[in-house]
Amino acid sequence: MSDEALAAGVASRRPRRSLLDSERLLAVGGLTPAVVYIVALVGFPFVLAVLMAFSDVTVGDPSLDFVGLETLRQVLEDPVFWRALRNTLFFTVVSNALVVILATALALILTKDFKFKWLIRLLVLLPWTTPVSLATISWLWTLDTIFSPIDWVLRQLGLLEGNMIWLGQPRLALASVIIVHTWRIVPLAAVIVMAGMLAIPTEIRDASDIDGAGFWRRTFEIEIPLMAPIIGVAVLFGVILSVTDMTVVHVLTRGGPTNYTQVLASWAFYKGIEGGDLAQGAGTALFLLPVLVAVAALILRFARRTEVL
Amino acid sequence: MSVVEVRGLTKEFGDMVAVDHVDLASREGEFLVLLGPSGCGKTTLLRMIAGLEEPTSGEIYIGGEKMNGLPPRIRKVAMVFQSYALYPHMTVARNIAFPLRAEGVDKAEQDKRVRWAAELLGIDRYLDRRPRQLSGGERQRVALARALVREPNVFLLDEPLSNLDAKLRAAARDDLLEFQRRVGITTIYVTHDQVEAMGMGDRIAVMRDGKIRQFGTPEEIYSDPADTFVATFIGSPPMNLLEGEHRVVGFRPENFKPIGEFTERDVPSTFRFHVNRSEYLGSDRFLYGVVEGYDENTKVIARVPVGSTIAEGATYEFGVAAADLCYFDPRTGKRLRGDA
Ligand SMILES: Nc1ncnc2c1ncn2[C@@H]1O[C@H](COP(=O)(O)OP(=O)(O)OP(=O)(O)O)[C@@H](O)[C@H]1O
Ligand SMILES: [Mg+2]
Repeated sequence: MSDEALAAGVASRRPRRSLLDSERLLAVGGLTPAVVYIVALVGFPFVLAVLMAFSDVTVGDPSLDFVGLETLRQVLEDPVFWRALRNTLFFTVVSNALVVILATALALILTKDFKFKWLIRLLVLLPWTTPVSLATISWLWTLDTIFSPIDWVLRQLGLLEGNMIWLGQPRLALASVIIVHTWRIVPLAAVIVMAGMLAIPTEIRDASDIDGAGFWRRTFEIEIPLMAPIIGVAVLFGVILSVTDMTVVHVLTRGGPTNYTQVLASWAFYKGIEGGDLAQGAGTALFLLPVLVAVAALILRFARRTEVL
Repeated sequence: MSVVEVRGLTKEFGDMVAVDHVDLASREGEFLVLLGPSGCGKTTLLRMIAGLEEPTSGEIYIGGEKMNGLPPRIRKVAMVFQSYALYPHMTVARNIAFPLRAEGVDKAEQDKRVRWAAELLGIDRYLDRRPRQLSGGERQRVALARALVREPNVFLLDEPLSNLDAKLRAAARDDLLEFQRRVGITTIYVTHDQVEAMGMGDRIAVMRDGKIRQFGTPEEIYSDPADTFVATFIGSPPMNLLEGEHRVVGFRPENFKPIGEFTERDVPSTFRFHVNRSEYLGSDRFLYGVVEGYDENTKVIARVPVGSTIAEGATYEFGVAAADLCYFDPRTGKRLRGDA
């Protein structure tokens, strides 16, 4: 080997940063797909929706004429909007409270050792894996005014005469929507909480056994506090899914009886898409934004807290 | 204050036998050390005694009562885990108080005992911190404090000092021993550090591959090893082993001395010792070499006073008193007795 080649060899063997060591390049490379995705599929429709909310666009007159706050004023004047807003809040709070309790209980049960655990886990997950519309349609039958099997059971037990008319009465209809929605989110939340549960080191649980903690003390002083951040994340996901969901309402009640079960998402849909008033639909949906922004910010904070643990 | 006894205790994980028919009985208030290399089953044995692991077979008695199948709470054992297992969401004070709260001790008494344990272990400055704000050694002391605040039947300590520096470890060892003597609670202490085991144990159980190889006082284990494993695991430097035709001869480095130092009464065996290297250690001098007539790859170590005039590269007549020689079966490694 000549001296030059030797020198070159030595030079090339000098410790060098490879391309993948460059944090800048990695950051750019890693973020680009996400940025493109967000701009194309989130940013563009979002901007369009905001523009629409300040215009008078309808299906019949698709030109975007700027009308200032006029559309939003019309939205706010409609009593159904206020009913939908109230319903959205009520529906979100109640169903997510139910979700937290049920999901945590399920996670506590499903992480214990017992026979056929896999089968039970599968059954629990099932509601999440069936398409929303399909699952909701089967609920539609379950809650049918005349053929509801729940009514049948209640009648057989002598607790009911006639029918409950689940979806025909305002309060019962809203309760039905909440129940079906809870039933849908619980599996996802349970799986998230279960993952958090399994992430607790066994020795921590062992230590609490050794230290004489019984079931309740262990659950409430060790397990649940340790899972708090992850339960928080599950709740926030649940909130997003609840605030933005319209499928359950749409399939079960179509907002009825007489708009009593309308939520913001369904109201925006009926106004904007079915009613053809795109501007009012967009204006209604715009009120979801503050909630979603707040939730997203909270999710990020929780995610950081989980890391520290 | 109870005797711990296990009989024929076995734990299998699938094909792997982690603990293999272990028989072991402590005395009242004894400080019993489980010593063995990594993976020999010390933690598994301890976890079975604690009730965290169900044995595959065998029985566990604490205070004369059979404990199989009973949860840890009922066995009333306190344990320090190898990984500390502190509660990450609680402050140090709450961590230490946790077992007291579970016992329903009243608040004032809790505070008093927490303070006492924290002072004993020198962690009273950290009472308001969370475990993650502590160093490994500090966490270990919190774990120890959490075990010591209670008055359990038995202490089970799984390498509780392994993460402390040498000075702190020596101090913690003293404190721990003094505390144990005072409360007189039977303690099973796991370590893989033979110096720690020798220094602390009333008796030592030496384990390997899930079996107890020897159980005895530090003196017995050191001077009267049951097999070649114990002979070489205990002592630093370890016992010299010379493979003969029918048996392996073993002797401790400090018993391997120039022949001139023996009297007739010692009936010393003699070896021609070729010194390759001499190492000065301040208090002693270690001589590394080989013995003529034996495999030249078998390194032999002698420990002599610093003042000795032995030179590297030379060959000397060395000897070992008959009483200080051990013989082992070359095939099984077991001690051969009665034919010295
Ligand atoms: N839950 C388990 N499943 C399968 N194998 C296990 C399990 N726990 C321990 N073992 C195995 O059993 C053997 C003994 O493990 P153990 O933890 O008791 O060793 P140890 O003596 O405490 O070691 P160390 O000094 O490294 O802590 C090891 O080979 C280990 O791999
Ligand atoms: Mg261990």
